[in-house]
Amino acid sequence: MTEIPEHLRKRAEEARAKASAAAEPAADAAPAADDAPQSEAASKIPAHLLERSRAAKAKSDGGAVEAAAPAAAAAGGGVATAVAAAPAAPAATGPGGHTQRLLTVVKSGSIQDVKAVPQDKVHTWPHLLIVEFVCALFVTAFLLIFSFFVNAPLLELANFNETPNPSKAPWYFLGLQELLTMFHPMVAGVTIPGIGLFLLILAPYIDRNPSMKPEDRKFAISLQTVHLMYWAVLTMIGSFFRGPGFNFIMPWSDGLFFEF
Amino acid sequence: MAKDDNKLPISAQIQQQTSKLVDQTQGSQAWSSIFRPGSIFRKGYTDSPRNRSYVIMNSVLYHLHPVKVKRHAVKVSYTLCLGGISFFTFIVLTVTGIFLMFFYRPTAAQAWDDIFQLQSAVTFGLLIRNMHRWAAHLMVLSVFLHMARVFYHGAYKAPREFNWVIGVMLLQFTLLLSFTGYLLPWDQLALWAVTVGTNMMGYTPVFGQQVRFVLLGGVEIGTDTLLRWYVLHVLFLPFVTVIFMAIHFWRVRKDGGISGPL
Repeated sequence: MTEIPEHLRKRAEEARAKASAAAEPAADAAPAADDAPQSEAASKIPAHLLERSRAAKAKSDGGAVEAAAPAAAAAGGGVATAVAAAPAAPAATGPGGHTQRLLTVVKSGSIQDVKAVPQDKVHTWPHLLIVEFVCALFVTAFLLIFSFFVNAPLLELANFNETPNPSKAPWYFLGLQELLTMFHPMVAGVTIPGIGLFLLILAPYIDRNPSMKPEDRKFAISLQTVHLMYWAVLTMIGSFFRGPGFNFIMPWSDGLFFEF
Repeated sequence: MAKDDNKLPISAQIQQQTSKLVDQTQGSQAWSSIFRPGSIFRKGYTDSPRNRSYVIMNSVLYHLHPVKVKRHAVKVSYTLCLGGISFFTFIVLTVTGIFLMFFYRPTAAQAWDDIFQLQSAVTFGLLIRNMHRWAAHLMVLSVFLHMARVFYHGAYKAPREFNWVIGVMLLQFTLLLSFTGYLLPWDQLALWAVTVGTNMMGYTPVFGQQVRFVLLGGVEIGTDTLLRWYVLHVLFLPFVTVIFMAIHFWRVRKDGGISGPL
């Protein structure tokens, strides 16, 4: 069964309620219209309009009778009824006094592509805000406690004449510095990270596979995992396995040459 | 009449004046614009769906969150709060950074001494500097992990392609913010780490040396470099980052909230 959108359903319900409310006084009014002033007052139609329509009805009835009489005298009855019906046609009503016919009901699902399916939602307050608040508390607590026990490094004053051995970039660039040992600086420092970033930005435009399920995106996920692992390994080698002269060392035997 | 008023006991007069003052205050334009109709500060808070909605609708949080979110979006296991942690560390860094700015002068002659003074002579100076340093590293880490999470959830797919692009830009701004801050203590670690970093930059084809010259304010790192990186670190990059974050958060809502379950 097709889902009728919430707002359309409500609108239809309102219209239906309104129509049935309007129909009841009207239904009362119709039979009693001739001599029931109180039900007339109850209906929303202004008195002078009712008066006019009653006069018109009386006139047309009278007219029909008047027309029928001479016609019947002049010609046959069949013609007479046709003539009589003609002026009455605009005021003609169907059974129950309806002036309109309902041709068909078209359900919205067959002509509209309804995408808004009802979703399982919760209030942002308290459900989401509580989680965020607790998360912020945890981060603050972690930072405070960690900062209380571990001091940020402050080495001696910068000295251009004394190059520390090894000289290392900040940790997030140590993957790049590690690449420097393998390639020409332009390739290691510019080309490879440049292409990497460019591809990363273009990821949604390259990967046109619409599915978000891991089982449908095996290639994309493996590629990204290899990529991330590649950087992580390079960064870790650069951070922990490089000592004086940026030579390869084992941190457990030669010590750590790494500052945050 | 005046005499009758005077005959009232002092306590009653005070009460009268107080209630008049309260009425005046609560009837004033300032009061009604702060405690807006529907505000929980006006009527008190009772737990009802209506009031739950008002908490968001009548606060600045409405810029960030809709009144209702998908149920799976509040599961910590889905996002691990990584985007939120990144944003929160940015706020922590701004607050602690403003504190540090009171005690720091970006010249080669003063920078290191200022940091040393901050650590040894300023109340909470060492703690705040530590927090700034560790929050910076945490932010690099959480932004990176946030990117990985978004990739593994396929959350960069339509309609969120453009927000992914903004996100990668934000990752780069985070790295630049951290890197520009690295130089400011003006110690051996800062000087030589930045030397290594900017030497790499110099190898960019065609305009590499020019970019390096502009960023260093000369051919070598010196006091001009310090001033330049200080301005980049405390003004320019945070400014650009905030703009990109605003777009990033706006697009999250524009694209229909966070991505769906797998």
